[in-house]
Amino acid sequence: MEHYHMNLNLKVWRQKNNQSKGEFKLYRVENISSEMSFLEMFDVLNEQLIRDGEDPVTFDHDCREGICGACSMYINGKPHGPWQANTTCQLHMRAFKDGDTIVVEPWRANAFPVIKDLMVDRSAFDRIIQAGGYISVNTGNAVDGNALPIEKDKADSSFAAAMCIGCGACVAACKNSSAMLFLSAKVSHLALLPQGAPERKSRVMNMVAQMDKEGFGACTNTGACEATCPKEISISNIARLNQEYLMASLTAE
Amino acid sequence: MLNAKIPAGPLESKWTDYKGHCKLVNPANKRKLEVIIVGTGLAGASAAASLGELGYKVKAFCFQDSPRRAHSIAAQGGINAAKNYQNDGDSVFRLFYDTIKGGDYRAREANVHRLAEVSANIIDQCVAQGVPFAREYGGLLSNRSFGGTQVQRTFYAAGQTGQQLLIGAYQALERQVALGNVKMYSRHEMLEIVKIDGKARGIIARDLVSGKLERHFGHAVLLCSGGYGNVFYLSTNAMGSNVTAAWKAHKQGALFGNPCFTQIHPTCIPVSGDHQSKLTLMSESLRNDGRIWVPKKQNDTRKATDIPEDERDYYLERRYPAFGNLVPRDVASRAAKERCDAGYGVGSSKQAVYLDYASAIERYGRTEANKQGKSNASMEEIIAMGKEVVKEKYGNLFDMYEKITGENPYEVPMRIYPAVHYTMGGLWVDYELQTTVPGLYALGEANFSDHGANRLGASALMQGLADGYFVIPYTIGNYLADEIYSNAIATDHPAFAEAEKAVNDRIHQLMNIKGKQTVESFHKRLGKIMWDKCGMARNEQGLKQAIAEIQALKKEFWSDVRIPGEIEQMNPELDKANRVADFIELGELMCIDALNRNESCGGHFREESQTEEGEALRDDANFMYVAAWEFKGEHQWELHKETLNYDVIKPSQRNYK
Ligand SMILES: Cc1cc2nc3c(=O)[nH]c(=O)nc-3n(C[C@H](O)[C@H](O)[C@H](O)COP(=O)(O)OP(=O)(O)OC[C@H]3O[C@@H](n4cnc5c(N)ncnc54)[C@H](O)[C@@H]3O)c2cc1C
Ligand code: SF4
Ligand code: FES
Repeated sequence: MEHYHMNLNLKVWRQKNNQSKGEFKLYRVENISSEMSFLEMFDVLNEQLIRDGEDPVTFDHDCREGICGACSMYINGKPHGPWQANTTCQLHMRAFKDGDTIVVEPWRANAFPVIKDLMVDRSAFDRIIQAGGYISVNTGNAVDGNALPIEKDKADSSFAAAMCIGCGACVAACKNSSAMLFLSAKVSHLALLPQGAPERKSRVMNMVAQMDKEGFGACTNTGACEATCPKEISISNIARLNQEYLMASLTAE
Repeated sequence: MLNAKIPAGPLESKWTDYKGHCKLVNPANKRKLEVIIVGTGLAGASAAASLGELGYKVKAFCFQDSPRRAHSIAAQGGINAAKNYQNDGDSVFRLFYDTIKGGDYRAREANVHRLAEVSANIIDQCVAQGVPFAREYGGLLSNRSFGGTQVQRTFYAAGQTGQQLLIGAYQALERQVALGNVKMYSRHEMLEIVKIDGKARGIIARDLVSGKLERHFGHAVLLCSGGYGNVFYLSTNAMGSNVTAAWKAHKQGALFGNPCFTQIHPTCIPVSGDHQSKLTLMSESLRNDGRIWVPKKQNDTRKATDIPEDERDYYLERRYPAFGNLVPRDVASRAAKERCDAGYGVGSSKQAVYLDYASAIERYGRTEANKQGKSNASMEEIIAMGKEVVKEKYGNLFDMYEKITGENPYEVPMRIYPAVHYTMGGLWVDYELQTTVPGLYALGEANFSDHGANRLGASALMQGLADGYFVIPYTIGNYLADEIYSNAIATDHPAFAEAEKAVNDRIHQLMNIKGKQTVESFHKRLGKIMWDKCGMARNEQGLKQAIAEIQALKKEFWSDVRIPGEIEQMNPELDKANRVADFIELGELMCIDALNRNESCGGHFREESQTEEGEALRDDANFMYVAAWEFKGEHQWELHKETLNYDVIKPSQRNYK
């Protein structure tokens, strides 16, 4: 792989806190290596800002391996930037070239208020899980792990849904700020397993109710969520969610 | 003075006996007892969920925006359990034995045996929670093997085992939050332990969004705050992983056990330049199928694929025929360093070796061709089928490698090099996981307990969940049973006020330095000292130098660090400064510990103590103890020794040849 260096113009959303109004600010970073990650490029910017006596840009990140779901930048009009099936932290600078201007914003959704700069509050996702995204089994109650065989394809599909990292890119990509992909991933993960069966109905009803309460929008099936999801969570999960919901409402007393 | 409180009786029945005789707290009293849990990774989330289910009033803290993002999420390869589902001769005893041996005889027999005993329950619990482990076509759980063992006992979910286990524990935790048994404080950082009459009674935490300090009372405090590998700046740990919680406890009287025991993982993506902010692990499970080699010629600049088979040195297979590529991590890491130092390294930095999948792809391709009855499949077809199999097993790891390096590992061998990965050292705890401060416990990677001088792969997840789901629910009762008469202490108690003032003063002191150098630059310099002089190989002279350099760095930090922004706002630079200040102090203690331990064992390699073939040489006569350090004042520690007794296993020189 050939490596190169580049100079870039950054247009970054700055917002002091939840109350204040934000605005874009322009910055220039130079001599950026194509081997850097996007967040390492931001590290360079921040070191520069600190030395210049300015406030560095605040953003969420932790694992920098694409698995914790913390990083969340809206880059040139796309959550997590230009690469397919990718998180911001795993985007590397070889995606850009010398002289590029890169626009970076936070996730924008009513249910995800900005905390500072590029950092938003995604605690609504935790509350959706609290509403029913679990299997009620206390520690110590379990039977032997092999007591209940599960068809491999079911287990695999369940795993595919369970891979969701709770990043919220699906919400940020959706023009309605719907959280349906996130929610459907959890409902599918648990509904596909026999262990999840006893709470199947209450789970889907309660989680959907919580989602509505949090102020996420309705799903109009545009598919923007699936296209942007770093873990390629399939939109077919939303179909399953709708089915589960319908079944639960029909049989609710 | 150090009492590990190991129950009497035969090893196999210690835990059962303990559980049968420990004190219990009745349900009505549990509701009156408050427990603080710092950290909600595997250890903390499982503890919080389990204690909440039991009826205790739990307050849990993490610095991320959600408990689901704890560093445990990044664990890739798997979790061990003595299930013997594969009928390949595994048992509780064998898992116990492998862990003690893998740890190079520097762990406590009783703790490790308990760990092996509860390992099977962990898998059951996780399956019941809906953790989608990998399965075979018959619907039963699948296993793989990991370094340092000869049985298949590792359960996994592709390369995302930690994620799936943590999501399971997180969901159990959120269920308790919904039920009102656990109150969760995300984006909070614990900055001090509050002690009253010698007992841990609460914490001071900073709300990272508002920047305000808060006081929280608890009848007991559990630290589940993870490991401190980031003292090296570059490690495979998440960016936020830090030692602060454990360090504050240490300064309040909790002894720190074996601080120098660090695990350097053999298979990580090499450093690409000065900008590097962290290193990425390529799961150890890759060593199951991948072969590690370097060219036989020094400074060979040919492309890997241009180097013919007989000009490659598969040095692990050559040096350790019995275990080959599956030797324990410490052995594999040192062997890679040895080759690179001798001039056989590859890639532009020459600090890398190859991890090659070509032969695995071919082998799997042939098996697949057989399965599908294609006896005259062409080589191309075989390779294509083999790639599919490898993709199913390791796809996400291969993708990650490609994203980071821009190279396609299905076509060219991966370049790997050892990196700091895990810390076996941590807060000293007794059999009950209690530190030397009454009421203060440490679980998971934050304690020193089960892995001795080297941890075997897939054992940290096991330990974290063992501690949280199956150990602490019993052992904490033994302490809290005597606390039912203590009412909750109001947080206007002078001890809380004093602790808060100390934290506040320190933060103001840091902010007022207004120097010239960034926090990051200090952290980098600390990391370099640690990696060069307290890393994969250590010697007396280097360690002495390192201690002097770290002391100087500390002075410089406290007189020239620049922290922008304000205190009462979201200020990640201030958060980082708090952590780096503690890392600097810890770094000094690690070097002191490494200097004291003039033997090689596990991940700790003292150049002065090696065999003629360059293998680590233990000194059981002088060092068969846990080094537990007591903080005495700036740059001052006192060593306490916990002698290790091997009643069941007879220590021998490890041999993987
Ligand atoms: C890349 C990678 C892969 C790994 N793969 C494996 C594997 O395959 N198998 C295996 O067994 N092990 C593996 N490990 C090791 C294993 O993941 C860890 O040892 C384990 O997850 C640690 O869990 P924990 O609960 O102790 O701590 P962590 O998961 O690190 O959690 C720490 C918690 O403490 C909180 N915290 C810390 N300080 C504070 C503070 N001051 N105030 C408030 N909260 C605080 C954090 O917010 C977090 O919630 C891997 C490690 C790495 C780095
Ligand atoms: S569904 Fe995809 S985009 Fe949405 S939160 Fe999960 S991982 Fe992120
Ligand atoms: S920082 Fe963890 S997914 Fe990006």
